[in-house]
Amino acid sequence: MRDEILVDIQHLSKLYPVETGFFTRTNLFVHAVSDLNLQIYRGESVGLVGESGCGKTTTGKLLVRLIDPTEGKIAFHAEDGVVDVATLRGKALKRFRRNVQMIFQDPYESLNPRMTIYDTVAEPLDVQGIGTLPEREERVAELLETVGLTPASSFMFRYPHELSGGQRQRVAIARALVVEPTFVVADEPTSMLDVSVRTGVMQLMQELADKLGVTYLYITHDLAVARYMCQRIAVMYLGKMVELAETEELLHHPQHPYTRALLSAVPVPDPTYKRKPMEIKGGISKPINPPPRCRFYERCPIADDFCRDNDHPPLEDKGGNHFVACYKV
Amino acid sequence: MRDKVLEVKNLTMHYTTRKGPVYAVDDVSFYVGRGESVGLVGESGCGKTSIAISLLKLLPDNAEILSGQILLDGVDLVPLSEDEMRRFRWRRISMVFQAAMNALNPVYTVEEQIIEAMQQHMPHLSDEEMHARVDQLFELVGLDPAFKNQYPHQYSGGMRQRAVIAMALSCEPDLIIADEPTTALDVIVQDQLLKRIREIQEQLNMAMIYISHDIAVIAEVSDRVGVMYAGHLVEMASTEAIFHHPVHPYTMGLMSAFPSIVGPKRELTTLPGEPPDLLNPPPGCRFHPRCHYATSICREKTPEFVEYEEDHYVACWHPGGEG
Amino acid sequence: MSEGTVATQHTYVPLWRVRLNLFLRSLRTNWALFAENPIGLIGLGIIIFFGLFALAHPILMNTVWPSKIYDPVSGYDMEVAFHPAPPSPRHLLGTDPLGRDVLSQLMYSTRYEFALGILSAVVTVVIATTIGAVSAYYGGIIDTLFMRLADLVIMVPFLPILIVLSALTEVGMIELALVIGILSGFGGTTIVIKSQALAIKVKPFIEAARVSGGGDFHIIFRHLIPNLLPISLLYMMFVVTGAIFSEAVLSFFGLTTIQMSWGIMINTTQLFGYLLRFDTWWLLIPASLAITTLCAAFYLVGRALDEVVNPRLRRR
Repeated sequence: MRDEILVDIQHLSKLYPVETGFFTRTNLFVHAVSDLNLQIYRGESVGLVGESGCGKTTTGKLLVRLIDPTEGKIAFHAEDGVVDVATLRGKALKRFRRNVQMIFQDPYESLNPRMTIYDTVAEPLDVQGIGTLPEREERVAELLETVGLTPASSFMFRYPHELSGGQRQRVAIARALVVEPTFVVADEPTSMLDVSVRTGVMQLMQELADKLGVTYLYITHDLAVARYMCQRIAVMYLGKMVELAETEELLHHPQHPYTRALLSAVPVPDPTYKRKPMEIKGGISKPINPPPRCRFYERCPIADDFCRDNDHPPLEDKGGNHFVACYKV
Repeated sequence: MRDKVLEVKNLTMHYTTRKGPVYAVDDVSFYVGRGESVGLVGESGCGKTSIAISLLKLLPDNAEILSGQILLDGVDLVPLSEDEMRRFRWRRISMVFQAAMNALNPVYTVEEQIIEAMQQHMPHLSDEEMHARVDQLFELVGLDPAFKNQYPHQYSGGMRQRAVIAMALSCEPDLIIADEPTTALDVIVQDQLLKRIREIQEQLNMAMIYISHDIAVIAEVSDRVGVMYAGHLVEMASTEAIFHHPVHPYTMGLMSAFPSIVGPKRELTTLPGEPPDLLNPPPGCRFHPRCHYATSICREKTPEFVEYEEDHYVACWHPGGEG
Repeated sequence: MSEGTVATQHTYVPLWRVRLNLFLRSLRTNWALFAENPIGLIGLGIIIFFGLFALAHPILMNTVWPSKIYDPVSGYDMEVAFHPAPPSPRHLLGTDPLGRDVLSQLMYSTRYEFALGILSAVVTVVIATTIGAVSAYYGGIIDTLFMRLADLVIMVPFLPILIVLSALTEVGMIELALVIGILSGFGGTTIVIKSQALAIKVKPFIEAARVSGGGDFHIIFRHLIPNLLPISLLYMMFVVTGAIFSEAVLSFFGLTTIQMSWGIMINTTQLFGYLLRFDTWWLLIPASLAITTLCAAFYLVGRALDEVVNPRLRRR
């Protein structure tokens, strides 16, 4: 399953102009995502991990074409041929949306409060014109059962405010899966949920991946959650991908100094476990017209003059499909 | 027995809502020893923040403490008037809340705000002493005193949270209540702040109640941990006991549902169902609909919060899953 | 939790029945919220009273009131020696300087006040909601265009426009309702609704709809506008108040070609020089009281609806 590429991201960038006056044209840009390269294989689930403002959500939205990239290509290998997500429009874009869906972070905001659960889940079928009314009803009922909202009939015609956070997220998952997509971008789908409910949603997503053959891009700030959800993890820092490896490899042998700092900062639910201290400067700044050097230079404990004088390091395979963007590793 | 700064006895408070009363804190008893850090952990809506605002008596209009005692060094806070209470807040108990931006007034510099708090509660200090103290506090929480004349909006999220902690520490309280102070922060900043909070707490020998939904954070900062579920305190013991041999089925479930990045990757278990609606809680033990070990007694009678082992309290008919 | 007996057998119940039941249920819960507020109930009570008042007029005209005497426009009571006559059992609110029954005029006008208020409110809301949603959704040049237009409409005072208009053309009830509706629709109400639409536009469910494949039209009409309707309805109430009041002012100044209305009643009083005389109070008081109370009633209902629509305003 590791051989077939589903999504091939090449040199993907998204720049946002910094708001200035009405008539002055700005030449200041936030480099939200900068020259990102990533291959996602069919059937796997890749974690995109980083702190707030690192560009992980922007990447997710680029992949589902909620926003248009500034530069780069996203080749999506659909059953009927390869499409470039970055340039899709009209009917082709609509057809693409049958293949790619997204699950959002906040289950309280991602469901229209004035639409019943049935209407929400059936919406993709409705706008895509799939099936007749009774067929849609049947499909929605079936899917609600699949995501654990049983009996479906007692949920179909309720409104989101009558459901708990966990149930709403299950509805959001059902909506994403109703068109049988091959690729789902999940943007922090469990970060707003309580622990006792969160595990259930995580397991559901995994089950569905196995059952329906869905490929996930799992965006999260929580490495512990990523460990359970993903086979590979990509770490992002200020719009750049700094490290990419198999999950356990990354957790046990982190190479990039930022990944190491991140891992050592994650609190551990074990009072006797002593973490290795790792001192880097806190705070994260917005990447507005960043200087042409390693983005991590200012905070890096091992940076030297070479890092200062050279461009951001390229992502290189340091052996065993462990990619790191650092000169000092 | 240890010297207790705070002792809460059978505290019950409720909110009046359109649909009926919500008992957010129901018959909760615990103590905090001098210089001790107590963690309160629970999911959203379990009543942990309601305990915090009850202890400070910062209740919204529709909330009311129905019964129980809050003894601060032996003085019961429950019957005190708002005027009397004001003398306790900041000076004896202070607080750090999650939304640091709301705790800071945007039109005053951070130093002005800390000095204002000190002027009210420590009038014996001279102006120079106060300014010197602000510098000290800044260094204590890990902020550069050069930033003290800036306004809150010029601070980053982590710096603001540090400033709020400096403010809470300004009047040398005996007890500080921290309600999710690091939840909105990124892990690296959170880590630095947690370490600093722990250091300060030990250095000043100050008692602390640390409230969080994140058991990993609680593990880092607490000496003892109380676990809350649906308005009840269900288990309380030393941090080690809670994490290594919890006896309440909810605590046990919580521990095995929580993912960790260290150690072998173990299977995560799921607690079935959802936390109850406090408007209409289940009879008997509130956890029984989700509990593997529930029997008929669990469905009928609410278990008492009793000592299971030395200093290990639990409210369960079948602690440890035993019959 | 679920009283949804409908839902349990959804396969047997057609979708439209389920939707109807849901609609009725939401109506009931909203009514319960509304009914908690005495202000709203008072307002609604007054509106219902005026409604019955209006309905009673044609019935009375066809039964006990001969049209020769009681017709609000052309009636004249020959048996009364001097007009305006004070209230008597024959004319409960007296007669006006032209010998017409005041009560009959008051009742006859009511239906037109309602029609005017509601028509202009509907026009306003349709325009304001559509423009608000469209300009919030598209932003850019469309937004700038409509918002500057709104500024312009707000800046140009309302009454002078109507005065100029009445000089140019005949302004009857319907024309007046349309003018008020359009001005209010392109003006302040649009800005309020657009700001609400902006808040909704950034919600993730809008993004979710786009990911589902929904086009602009789908998003505006299925997601944006349904979430704007409560606030639109609220503003409708306030527009009714404004419209009735504007009509009264214009008619008082004789700027409309309306034959009979509360404003015309006051205008007639003024024309014959009875306006500031306390001994002919029945010429002025009933009509002004009617204007004030009906305006107030719609305003009160609006305030109560505000609490239903914005949960934050509720006490609990």
